[in-house]
Amino acid sequence: MSVDHATVRKIASLARIAVTDDQVEAMVPELNNILGWIEQLGEVDTSAVQPMTAVIPNVLRLRDDVVTDGDVRDAVLKNAPQAEQGFFTVPKVIE
Amino acid sequence: MSSYRIQGTTGEWEVVIGLEVHAQVTSKSKLFSGAAASFGAEPNTQVSLIDAAMPGMLPVPNAECIRQAVRTGLAIDAQINRWSRFDRKNYFYADLPQGYQISQLYHPLVGEGHLEIDADEKAGILEAKRIGVERIHVEQDAGKLMHDQHPTRSYVDLNRSGVALMEIVSRPDMTSPAEAGAYLRKLRAILRYVGSCDGNMEEGSMRADVNVSVRRAGEELGTRTETKNVNSVRFVMQAIEHEANRQVDVLEAGGKIVQETRLFNPDTGTTRSMRSKEDAHDYRYFPDPDLLPLELTEAFVEECRASLPELPDAKRARYVETLGISAYNAAVLTAEVETARWFEALLNEGAEAKQASNWVMSELFGALNRLGKSIEDSPVSPSNAAELLKLVTDGTLSGSLAKQVFEKMLETGDSAGTIVERDGLKQTSDTGAIEAVIADVLAKNPGQLEQYRSGKEALFGFFVGQTMKAMAGKANPAVVNELLKKALG
Repeated sequence: MSVDHATVRKIASLARIAVTDDQVEAMVPELNNILGWIEQLGEVDTSAVQPMTAVIPNVLRLRDDVVTDGDVRDAVLKNAPQAEQGFFTVPKVIE
Repeated sequence: MSSYRIQGTTGEWEVVIGLEVHAQVTSKSKLFSGAAASFGAEPNTQVSLIDAAMPGMLPVPNAECIRQAVRTGLAIDAQINRWSRFDRKNYFYADLPQGYQISQLYHPLVGEGHLEIDADEKAGILEAKRIGVERIHVEQDAGKLMHDQHPTRSYVDLNRSGVALMEIVSRPDMTSPAEAGAYLRKLRAILRYVGSCDGNMEEGSMRADVNVSVRRAGEELGTRTETKNVNSVRFVMQAIEHEANRQVDVLEAGGKIVQETRLFNPDTGTTRSMRSKEDAHDYRYFPDPDLLPLELTEAFVEECRASLPELPDAKRARYVETLGISAYNAAVLTAEVETARWFEALLNEGAEAKQASNWVMSELFGALNRLGKSIEDSPVSPSNAAELLKLVTDGTLSGSLAKQVFEKMLETGDSAGTIVERDGLKQTSDTGAIEAVIADVLAKNPGQLEQYRSGKEALFGFFVGQTMKAMAGKANPAVVNELLKKALG
């Protein structure tokens, strides 16, 4: 597997990361290098091995259905670039 | 198979429909945080730092949400996956602070199941039909955007952010708007019986994404479109109707259907394309590293199974087979869980099933309709209703007197017995009194008497009516009949 210039630009755009042409130029070989390394793992036969989902034998803990949080509007809005009347506000997004 | 077809200019087209229903799980707190999940609070007051996606916050699943999704799966006879996992669905939107929705793409909690829609000849559903459910997975809801509060800004309320949803994905097994409507109603009934979702479509607790395609009879499936977030049964049916006709028009004009997301406009009943972005469906799903796989024990699943109530289809069958109620009455009485509960409370108070079912269907529903009330707010309680029915059975009240008493019960909230005593509405079987009235009626209507005796027997009803009227409806009709026959001899 390898990526080309267009794929790098697309991934950057999906992740909302601005990249310059120079950066794309540098990133293509860099990412392909990483992908090449990872691909070597495919050489190991894992057909008889269960996929590992966690490194420690632990189960997902569930919590009881109790309201223990919320009602902290000031804290929630504290870092908002702009808030009005208890709402976050953002540039108008309308489909 | 439904007989529903779109008549194009070049021939007939079949419609193929699949529904993805988002149902809000009934729970006190959210799927991954301890903030309240209730509807209608002040903006951003039911938001924890987890829901606002502050750095370093870790999600912990709510056991009740998992339990309700499993119970829902069991209610539609679905496979319950003892091992499932949460994935991140990545996209950017102002109502999604995390930048991803935690959902289940690869290993959903609930697998293949099904439900049955009932025959409804008037709606063109000729026989009962099984509709497949492909899967149910659990996921987070997003926040809410408001666009009408400010000229250049959108307002964001995160109260809904992180509330648990079940996404219930049907097989493309429906072939008419009526079948889709019946499926939604049946699904809603099951959710409400189970208690896993309140099914309130106006408040957005249940909404549907509608997948529609058309094809010539016998051909392969056509390209589908998905109309998002339709929030009533009627709108879903309208959206299908419009979308199917639009697709036929496009195809017959030589065009092609584009696989796309569309929006429904409830004011016009039409759909329109959402600004289609090529990347929009590139969600780059991957397992959420904050959450271990969800493993269910047999004991947990069995506890879920044991907690299920009798479901609508089983209840309806029991009403018909064991209680002897007509199929139509049984269908209506079991369609909504509140109706069934009220009816069963009435039976528990000692009412006889058939009599009670007829009374609920005609008298109670008529009154509730007139008053604009739902059965939960009925001014007459099941125990008061049972007393009224008992007074009819033991002959204290005739049918018409019972109607009068019921009206007074609705007005005053008093019990039937109290009203009968206070207003003297008891039916009389006093033969002496009835005979006296009959003699009077015959004396006052010599013409009719003459005609009756010369063979016009249809006038018998006239004499019954006159007698009852003279006794203000309180005479026992059976006794009146008997005595009249004797008097007219």
